[in-house]
Amino acid sequence: MLQSVPLIGRDIALEESLIPIDTTLKKRLADIALNAARSKGATYADVRIGRYLNQFLTTRENRVENISNTESYGMGIRVIANGSWGFASIDQLTEDNIARAAATAVQIAKVNSKLLTEPVKLAPQRGYGEVSWKTPIEKNAFEIPIKEKTELLLSVNDAAMKGGANYVNSSLFLVNEQKYFASTEGSYIDQDVHRLWPTFTVTKIDPKSGKFETRNSLSSPMGMGYEYLIPKKEEEIEGLFTIYKNRYNMLEDMTTATRQVDEKLRSKPVEAGKYDLVIDPTNLFLTIHESVGHPTELDRVLGYEANYAGTSFLTLDKWESKKFNFGSKIVNFEADKTQKGSLAAVGYDDEGVKCKNWDIIKDGILVNYQTIRDQAHILGLPESQGCCYADSWSSVQFQRMPNVSLKPGKAALNPADMIKNVEKGIYIFGRNSYSIDQQRYNFQFSGQLCFEIKDGKIGGLLKDVAYQANTQEFWNACSAICDEKDYRIGGSFFDGKGQPSQVSAVSHGCSTTMFKGVNVINTGRKI
Amino acid sequence: MSILSTEEARAILKKALSFSKADECEVSLNGSEGGNIRYARNAVSTAGDMSSMGLAISSTFGKKTGSATINEFDDASLEKVVRRSEELAQLAPANPEYVSLEGPKTFAESITFNPTTARVNPDIRAEAVRKSLEVAKAANLEAAGFLENTTSFRAIMNSKGLYAYNKDTDVSFSVTTRNQAGTGSGYVSNSFNDITKLDTLALTKIAAAKANGSAGARAIEPGKYTVILEPLAASDMLSNLVRGFDARGAEEGRSFMSKKGGETRLGEQLFNEQVNIYSDPFNPELPGATWNGDGLPVERTSWVEKGIVKNLSYSRFWAQKKGVKPLPSAGRIIMEGGSASLEDLIKSTEKGILVTRFWYIRSVDPQTLLLTGLTRDGTFYIENGKIMFPIKNFRFNESPIIMLNNVEALGKAERNGNMIVPPMKIRDFTFSSLSDAV
Repeated sequence: MLQSVPLIGRDIALEESLIPIDTTLKKRLADIALNAARSKGATYADVRIGRYLNQFLTTRENRVENISNTESYGMGIRVIANGSWGFASIDQLTEDNIARAAATAVQIAKVNSKLLTEPVKLAPQRGYGEVSWKTPIEKNAFEIPIKEKTELLLSVNDAAMKGGANYVNSSLFLVNEQKYFASTEGSYIDQDVHRLWPTFTVTKIDPKSGKFETRNSLSSPMGMGYEYLIPKKEEEIEGLFTIYKNRYNMLEDMTTATRQVDEKLRSKPVEAGKYDLVIDPTNLFLTIHESVGHPTELDRVLGYEANYAGTSFLTLDKWESKKFNFGSKIVNFEADKTQKGSLAAVGYDDEGVKCKNWDIIKDGILVNYQTIRDQAHILGLPESQGCCYADSWSSVQFQRMPNVSLKPGKAALNPADMIKNVEKGIYIFGRNSYSIDQQRYNFQFSGQLCFEIKDGKIGGLLKDVAYQANTQEFWNACSAICDEKDYRIGGSFFDGKGQPSQVSAVSHGCSTTMFKGVNVINTGRKI
Repeated sequence: MSILSTEEARAILKKALSFSKADECEVSLNGSEGGNIRYARNAVSTAGDMSSMGLAISSTFGKKTGSATINEFDDASLEKVVRRSEELAQLAPANPEYVSLEGPKTFAESITFNPTTARVNPDIRAEAVRKSLEVAKAANLEAAGFLENTTSFRAIMNSKGLYAYNKDTDVSFSVTTRNQAGTGSGYVSNSFNDITKLDTLALTKIAAAKANGSAGARAIEPGKYTVILEPLAASDMLSNLVRGFDARGAEEGRSFMSKKGGETRLGEQLFNEQVNIYSDPFNPELPGATWNGDGLPVERTSWVEKGIVKNLSYSRFWAQKKGVKPLPSAGRIIMEGGSASLEDLIKSTEKGILVTRFWYIRSVDPQTLLLTGLTRDGTFYIENGKIMFPIKNFRFNESPIIMLNNVEALGKAERNGNMIVPPMKIRDFTFSSLSDAV
């Protein structure tokens, strides 16, 4: 489930954010917590010392609305005592406070152990000793002067205003998670994780009718440094208009978007009915996220999310049968926590498990889920798949989605050739409205740009388009997937799950994909 | 301890402000303590205690503002954070929308703090969950739920002499019960300032009745139906509506409140005459702070009277630009109801659908406020004044504006989450497809 933008943390000076915290100090603080937890009766403990830096730059038209640097620093201690989980977090890291928090975590575990049906069972995990990992960035976005970043956003806004926009908003979100994990199993893991998301919305109002239209950026949030914002010809795909792979030309996209808003104002309403959909990765990533990523989360399947995000139609019996047809034979989904440039890539998850990749849907069949240490035994797995994450030192870590991506087609195919075979279809770009039920059967998505396809040719833009489908029917209607040259990753920067709700960032890769005979509704209304 | 009294908070803020050399300066102090417990598959899963406190300062020279925060409160740390915000202000671009800070004001004392709620500990939380699990097990159902309590305070002081303090308690509880076959599901949730009003046993019984009653749902054709929305379902739709009662978005032409040429629908009959919506920080069931982060008083505000939109919120900047008084945005909303019970509404319905709650509501068209989402955790078919059988969940595509035009009757309003809303009987509500989800 996706949420609006949260602003968590305290403001700090920029220069302060560039000074990392000494690993020796973190190890000493972690050992205090681990020893205190053990002395109070914990049979397992892990501690996360987190320093989470965010920088948000927001602009509208010709002015900077907000520049915010925030830091959140503190410690979360998780324990098992009497077979039950307990957790406590603090932001004043004195020795006394740490020992008290460890004791509180153990006390909570003991109190709650009366409400257990079976003790927590952790998959074996060896300690890695002192290790580290860093997102492979070329330019630390936090080190780029604020002036350079605001100038980029304002130049992008200027292009929109010159193109006749009434309003334009642009923003840049930067995240740096400096995470230190230690456990009673002997791991001391220091990680430096970077993500960023440039985005915009351009708005035009038709003075005659008072109607307005918008077009959002077709960028992706990425696990990259500032290099993502430095355009590179090799990372561009020329098609109906230019789209972007691992580099983004924000100015060019804004110029295109501003022109396209005019076309949106003139677009004709869609006629409801069945269409062949050709879906660009800028739209399909979100459909993958909602209809493949979430239902294969094992905690949902088991009922741990029943009270909030929901459960899943991909029940264990379907996996056990080894023949549940999730999609057509060309549909292959891989989970991957190591993919370069992706949002969920880390070296180790938040319970100290080294990250890897594995198949979830193979040749259309459900073959696996996403697990963490206390779930692995349910699937008979010898180890966790490394999907544990907490959005802050103050949050309890739990199962979160790895990058889940659709493998590209093996035969050479590009979108232009794919469209030639479509008699009555719609070519969809960009994320827009999205909604799916709590077991992930029925969904409805709309896009930023929906082009009509008639007799193999692209026509004008359509408005009020939304596609509604059942997940299994939709993926079984998947009839063609473009090859790896068209493969791109999209992502969700603020995916929400859990109680209290936590966000996480996750990517989904795919190439342009065709679906036969999908139900399209017209969402136009008069008030 | 992360919860300070007004005297303790005032002393720290005053000290911080004494170091300021800026044209204008504002300091705020926040602290919170609390804990939660989560359960699923009829057993506890995760639980925790959290505590934090921080001070934020904004210094302004002309229209250039810099902000910094800290979580240490000795004199040297306070001076350091003030200097840092001043350095940042000098480096910041001028903000043309900066408005000079509010002067001193007297704010009414709120009724948001409850000492019993502030004393909640892990044992009390575990006992509340034990009661809920007892109900689920007795009904042969599987429960998943969440209980969380928070005590927090917030204080602000500025260089123009404004000072405000508020302390708040809150406890929220929700539970989903499902049958073993996965064919029935029920849900209930609520929030309170006073934990003595929280009865996890009684609430879980409601969820359990919904779960057992919703098993074996039949599919009926999507289309337009008369619906009875329980308060939870109604509040899901309303929260999306009230966010649009903002003057700037309306006057800029990009909201459902906009009309051609910068005009707005303020003062227009947008809804049925039975619709009255207001906010009031002194409602004993839904108390709120009496001031907001801008240092503006939060008072009883009427948003809709007899279906006519009476007010739009104005930020301090937009109010100054338009020459009107600023008005804080619609926070905790109260929609007036009637005297009918939910049962009365069902009895008066020839053919219709009872909706417990909605799920995954998202905007489809901001211009018409068309929303999509699904029914969840108990949807029932009504005929001749009686609930006949459970039905499969629907996806809807409907605008709350159209919905509040089609009001047939309103029941007795009650608190649900951070709203007070009545159950509503609405005609011609649009369901567009079926969902297999339970």
